[in-house]
Amino acid sequence: MIQLEARASASRLATWLSPLAALVLTMLGGALLFVILGVDPWQGLRLFLVEPFNGLYAWGELAVKAAPLALCAVGLSICFRANVWNIGAEGQLVAGAIAGGGVALLAGPETWRGYVLLVMAAGMLGGMAWAALTAWLKDRFGANEMLVSLMLTYVIQLLLGYLVFGPWRDPYGYNFPQSRSFDEAALLPTLWEGTRAHAGLALAFAAAAVAWLFLARSYPGFRLRVVGAAPAAARYAGYSPRQALWTSMLACGALAGLAGMGEVAGPMQRLTTSVSPGYGFAAVIAAFLGRLHPAGALVASVVMAALYIGGELAQSRLGLPASIVGVFQGLALALLLLGDTLVRHRIRWRRPAPAAR
Amino acid sequence: MAVHRLELRGITKRYPGVLANDDVSLAVAPGEIHAVLGENGAGKSTLMKIAYGALAPDAGQVVWNGRPVALRAPDDARTLGMGMVFQHFVLFETLTVAQNVLLGLPAAFARRTRHGWLAPLIERYRLGLDPDAYVGDLSVGERQRVELLRALAARPQLLILDEPTSVLSPEARAALFATLRQLAAEGCSIVYISHKLAEIRELCDRCTVLRAGRTVAVVDPRGMAQDELAALMLGSAVDEVRTAAPRPAGDPVLTVRRLSVPAPAGQRVGLRDVSFDLRAGEILGVAGVSGNGQALLLSALSGEETGMPDDVIRLMGRPIGRLRPSARRALGLRAIPEERLGRGCVPEMGLDDNVLLTMAPAQAAAGGWVRRRGLAAAASGIIARYGVRAVSPRVPARSLSGGNLQKFMVGRELQGAPRVLVAAQPTWGADIGAAARIHQALIDLRNAGGAALIISEDLDELLGICDRLAVMAGGRLSPAVARARVGADMLGRWMEGRWDDDPA
Repeated sequence: MIQLEARASASRLATWLSPLAALVLTMLGGALLFVILGVDPWQGLRLFLVEPFNGLYAWGELAVKAAPLALCAVGLSICFRANVWNIGAEGQLVAGAIAGGGVALLAGPETWRGYVLLVMAAGMLGGMAWAALTAWLKDRFGANEMLVSLMLTYVIQLLLGYLVFGPWRDPYGYNFPQSRSFDEAALLPTLWEGTRAHAGLALAFAAAAVAWLFLARSYPGFRLRVVGAAPAAARYAGYSPRQALWTSMLACGALAGLAGMGEVAGPMQRLTTSVSPGYGFAAVIAAFLGRLHPAGALVASVVMAALYIGGELAQSRLGLPASIVGVFQGLALALLLLGDTLVRHRIRWRRPAPAAR
Repeated sequence: MAVHRLELRGITKRYPGVLANDDVSLAVAPGEIHAVLGENGAGKSTLMKIAYGALAPDAGQVVWNGRPVALRAPDDARTLGMGMVFQHFVLFETLTVAQNVLLGLPAAFARRTRHGWLAPLIERYRLGLDPDAYVGDLSVGERQRVELLRALAARPQLLILDEPTSVLSPEARAALFATLRQLAAEGCSIVYISHKLAEIRELCDRCTVLRAGRTVAVVDPRGMAQDELAALMLGSAVDEVRTAAPRPAGDPVLTVRRLSVPAPAGQRVGLRDVSFDLRAGEILGVAGVSGNGQALLLSALSGEETGMPDDVIRLMGRPIGRLRPSARRALGLRAIPEERLGRGCVPEMGLDDNVLLTMAPAQAAAGGWVRRRGLAAAASGIIARYGVRAVSPRVPARSLSGGNLQKFMVGRELQGAPRVLVAAQPTWGADIGAAARIHQALIDLRNAGGAALIISEDLDELLGICDRLAVMAGGRLSPAVARARVGADMLGRWMEGRWDDDPA
């Protein structure tokens, strides 16, 4: 019989090594997968471990993907610290893309260059509004935020579909379901010439710094952590769980909205039916890989971004299916959860108790 | 020499950094009530876990009825005929009393039982439990009795009890002692772990004293003075608590009038028309068996329980019934709940962060930013002043023993200079030294003109420090009487709720 015994105390080192071990094992699992698929495992792993970091352009692509992931992961870290199980960052991201894109469409060729700030604000407000819907339903009716935030993701994706198929469709776009491309004034500036890395990366760093300050050093952040870690202690102290709910949901909505805005006003430059390859969901994994710490979320987002890029390369160069990214993500999360279980528990192999003597 | 029921020979157990048991021996004869006495951290619990098969010793032998046995798990010990009542409950809250008892029994026995089989056992040991009640609805005291019942149901040859009386009323304690004596007369050996000297002298035939992981003496406690036993246990004479000298009480600072709170979902007892005055410079004790509304009273006073009219609770004349805990704290009313981890403290956070938990916001966070250095200094101050054993102000609250955490919490709330302190079971699980320190701190608060309401099940504690005493029963509170006028028979009646007949 296998038993799990709680350890008296989890080692700090093991807590931080667990995500690394999970990643190494994910790569080993990936190698095995390549062997089964008849692909040279070295060549396969190269696409995930080397190619995404090979050259300035590759780093730029990494930044393009890491920025929205990091924004969402930082926001989700705040939610999860508050024990608010928001898994609808994807929906909040799409809401930010719609609101930001809507404002971006209002700009013309003559518009002032600072107009992009308005687009950013609209993106944040859009994400916040969508997150507020979940927060309100939980606050007012006690609805489960996990279900509500997830379901609302599909609602907002359908709304996006309606807009780009209908009122916002580019009249000169050969009937493709997409808006017209945004004017220069509504676009995020590029960070380095020769790459597609845009200002979203800077926003991600800023968000992580602010989130860290908020969680680790501010009094409202402390109250939020207490509500998440020990609800009865929060009640005893007089901290409001509603405040923690609204603060964390709105913060995450704002950051996810910013991420969505960054996608449409960055690399895409227009609204299409799909503004994200599941960044909001992958960010859940990134948040946990990063130990719900804003800095950790940044690092983990780079890892997840490399997975995305490796997956794309695996499709184009090796002809592997697109779902390979999902397999890697799932493997990483499952192994991380396994690793965390082992950090907190030890496995004991015990024979069944002997019969009565 | 007769064969011992249980013998532990040269037991040694080492934890990282601590030698919990160092060559400890213990021998219990059939039908003997044997005390294991020692301060918190002396190694009592480790020794008992080894005897019960929950821990494997690094060295030494467990001998059962003359035969060495290798215990791999508590199951093995139960199969041999050992029973144990743990200090920390291991009950399933979502199951009934009867189901919990069944789970602790061998499968063969459990299959033969029928509905209603537990009732005679409950009756015989006067445990006052409903077999069909859900454990989740029971109070701490009642849960302890479920644990006891669970051990007794297996008809053990040897019963280990870890601090069993800490939550029992005097009647229940007397009944328990009678039961234990009866069991011993029937040949069942009892190992009684405690640091309550009076109980050990009253109940036990022999006593093994542990100090810092070693056996220091095996004595007959009945022939020893309390001081002698205490000196053996502590290694030095006990500091006497300066018992509270009577003094004239001041004006009422906390006034409660007809406070009623409905019973929370899943519980039986609510508060009914509770009224009392707490005056400046006095300690008012609330006695009673737990589960009679004490938890609700504390929550209502602390502000955790909401939804009562504003003016049923007044602090220095000001209605505070609708204020939340932080606002009440700002006005000088502080509370210490019974549950230390998870309610009084955040287990995963450091002591410094736990200081911040109940600190006034203006002091804690200037402009919304937490001043970490100030918090660490405040935590260090509490550690030094109240003798909390903690290596650093940053260690997580979870890592402190119960008594130490209690000292920390009492220190934390007193540091906030309360005018009124409400505390539940302030010394539960604390050893003599810690309890004395906590009592001294409460008396100092009173002598400085503060007021304290102490909710406790430990009558000795209440009689030792309180100026006046009231009793809770069935969600109602008796009138408060001066300590000098409290009699044992009167308390017994009042704990059953019959105080209306008494001309108080």
